[in-house]
Amino acid sequence: MNFQLIGVNHNSAPVEVRERLAIPEAQLPDAIRTLVQQPGVDEGMVLSTCNRVELLTSTRQTTDLRDFLRSYFGVSPDALNSHIYEFEERDVVRHVFRVASSLDSMVVGEPQILGQVKEAYAIARGLGAVHSALEALLSRAFAVAKRVRNETAIGSSSVSISAVAVQLAEKIFGSLRNRTVYVVGAGKMAELAARHLIAHGAGTILFTNRTHERAVQLAEAFGGQAIPFERLYETVGRADIVLTSTGASEPLFRREHGEQLLSRRKNQPMFFIDIAVPRNIDPEMNRLDGMFVYDIDDLQAVTSSNSTERKKEAERAEKIIDVEVERFATRMKSLAVVPTILSLQEYCETIRQAEIDRIRGKLGTLTPEQEAAIDVMTRGIINKLLHTPITTLKSTAAEPEAATIHEIIRRIFNLNSNSNSGKPNK
Amino acid sequence: MPLFWLRIALALYGFGLLYAVMAIWGERERLTRIMLPTVGLGTVFHFVSVIESVRLTDFDTSWSIHQFESLLAFLLMAFFFAIYARYRTASPGIAIFPLAFVLTLSAQSYSENSPTNPTPFHPVWIYVHVALVLVGYSALIVSFVASILYLIQERSLKAKGVARFWSRLPALATIDEIGYRCLIFGFPFMTFGLIAGSILAEAKFGAGYFKDPKILLSILMWVVYTILLYTRWSAGWRGRRAAYLATCAFAAAAVAWVANIRP
Repeated sequence: MNFQLIGVNHNSAPVEVRERLAIPEAQLPDAIRTLVQQPGVDEGMVLSTCNRVELLTSTRQTTDLRDFLRSYFGVSPDALNSHIYEFEERDVVRHVFRVASSLDSMVVGEPQILGQVKEAYAIARGLGAVHSALEALLSRAFAVAKRVRNETAIGSSSVSISAVAVQLAEKIFGSLRNRTVYVVGAGKMAELAARHLIAHGAGTILFTNRTHERAVQLAEAFGGQAIPFERLYETVGRADIVLTSTGASEPLFRREHGEQLLSRRKNQPMFFIDIAVPRNIDPEMNRLDGMFVYDIDDLQAVTSSNSTERKKEAERAEKIIDVEVERFATRMKSLAVVPTILSLQEYCETIRQAEIDRIRGKLGTLTPEQEAAIDVMTRGIINKLLHTPITTLKSTAAEPEAATIHEIIRRIFNLNSNSNSGKPNK
Repeated sequence: MPLFWLRIALALYGFGLLYAVMAIWGERERLTRIMLPTVGLGTVFHFVSVIESVRLTDFDTSWSIHQFESLLAFLLMAFFFAIYARYRTASPGIAIFPLAFVLTLSAQSYSENSPTNPTPFHPVWIYVHVALVLVGYSALIVSFVASILYLIQERSLKAKGVARFWSRLPALATIDEIGYRCLIFGFPFMTFGLIAGSILAEAKFGAGYFKDPKILLSILMWVVYTILLYTRWSAGWRGRRAAYLATCAFAAAAVAWVANIRP
């Protein structure tokens, strides 16, 4: 295994550096082709997202990928050196596993990165730039990512306020389809949360604001309906989810409002998301059956406890990665001896055939039984002779002395290490 | 033979019980994958056992109480799988599995050779009566379980804490729908079951039969059931109030059941 990886990500480099290295999708094929044309590079893949740019290669000999970066992007070495990270061999495996499993993401556990890696892989594969070692590495990485997702709860909790609001709404209403959202006030956060709720299928969306024009603007932007602020109380009963973010100094909704709403709505639950400070909704309302009131602190508390939860889950995920890296390295090592075993067998077979041809002239005509007997006998000799070298190669593949044993066997049998053709050297 | 199948079912239900216990600790996803097929197989064996019992019945004698327990446990499991098929949630199992397990455990303790009670009624009708009432009971029990789950979920949402286990319960609206649909489904069964019972009793004993406390309890239970359904339908009572009413109906049903089996 000869893996090399070089890259920058959101931790190592500021956005100014990342954007200079970012490769638009249309240019990816060109970048990959240039990469695999570098001396010593067998396979290559480029991952370029808004948070990272990485070049992944499988090489015959160590290649200066920094050099490629500098020349391809035309950036001066000094501008890059402090921001770049570079990995080799096993560290590459670990890094690729971590990236695919979303452990290296800005928001740990976010699900998009796996799709991005898969896409980058598909492009490189389509160009023939990924075929053997990288193919094995990436398909393993996808399996590891799946395992991490299945065995840990890393992606199950939301870590942004809007996402938490959606998650809570779904916990109350199940699907958000056919649910009505009422946005009271026009704060940036309320807008963001509304956007999230709509993206999750919320049905009707109503806007109201003290400045009616603003409500109209928002209604147009989101395909909703603007309602004059004076009609708030008579219309709020239509909503299942109410998002408040007005600058009112007194609460807009008190317990009494809640009681009225419940009887008007036949006790159907309502979810109030109050992102205003001071609060727009009296927290007393949360005491009513069927009324759920979350203020900004409540949402933040859920968010941060989810983040803590994710950190714990990420630790579990790292352990899975450790095991998987070990397993992959062992597999790659045992794969590394396969060509040698094949050459060895081929080498002996060539000798056997040559010797049989040589003796056949001396023996005259042979009956089919005699032919078969010679064949069986010579094969038997070869198999018995090769048994120990082959089993030793296999069993020591993962051990430190593997390289030495490998080399000794190749030398003893004079296997041409460049061609792997199995022809004995003359 | 029905007993043999019933015992196999019981052993398989043991996994369901284990699931219910483990679910409290939070380990659920992987368990669900093993639990469902196992408990499902148990239910199939249970079904075989019930069918065998019916086949072996000569209709001159009444079933023993244990056979009715077995039927009730089977109906509960059938409800569980019907809900699972529709809503993809195994959460009601937390309460249904232990209940079904205990009922089955008690049911398998009877002896196949024990003398059965001669019945004073026309035998087919009594089976119709009991079967209808048992379906009604099962619906009521499941609805009761749903209202408890609703309360737990409501509390955890209001507490705003992050309770990991309960957070895996289905959405509030889903639990509510399960409870409500079970009520609606069970109501005609309960009603016709009780009517069938009344007709039988009146034919045999005349109007005096209705002074029997257990009959009054059954009627009370039916009245609470009706109130429960009515308040849910007209005023949308759910959550705490529905849970209280369901508890009353469930308690009346339980007492009526006990009163009916221990004359």
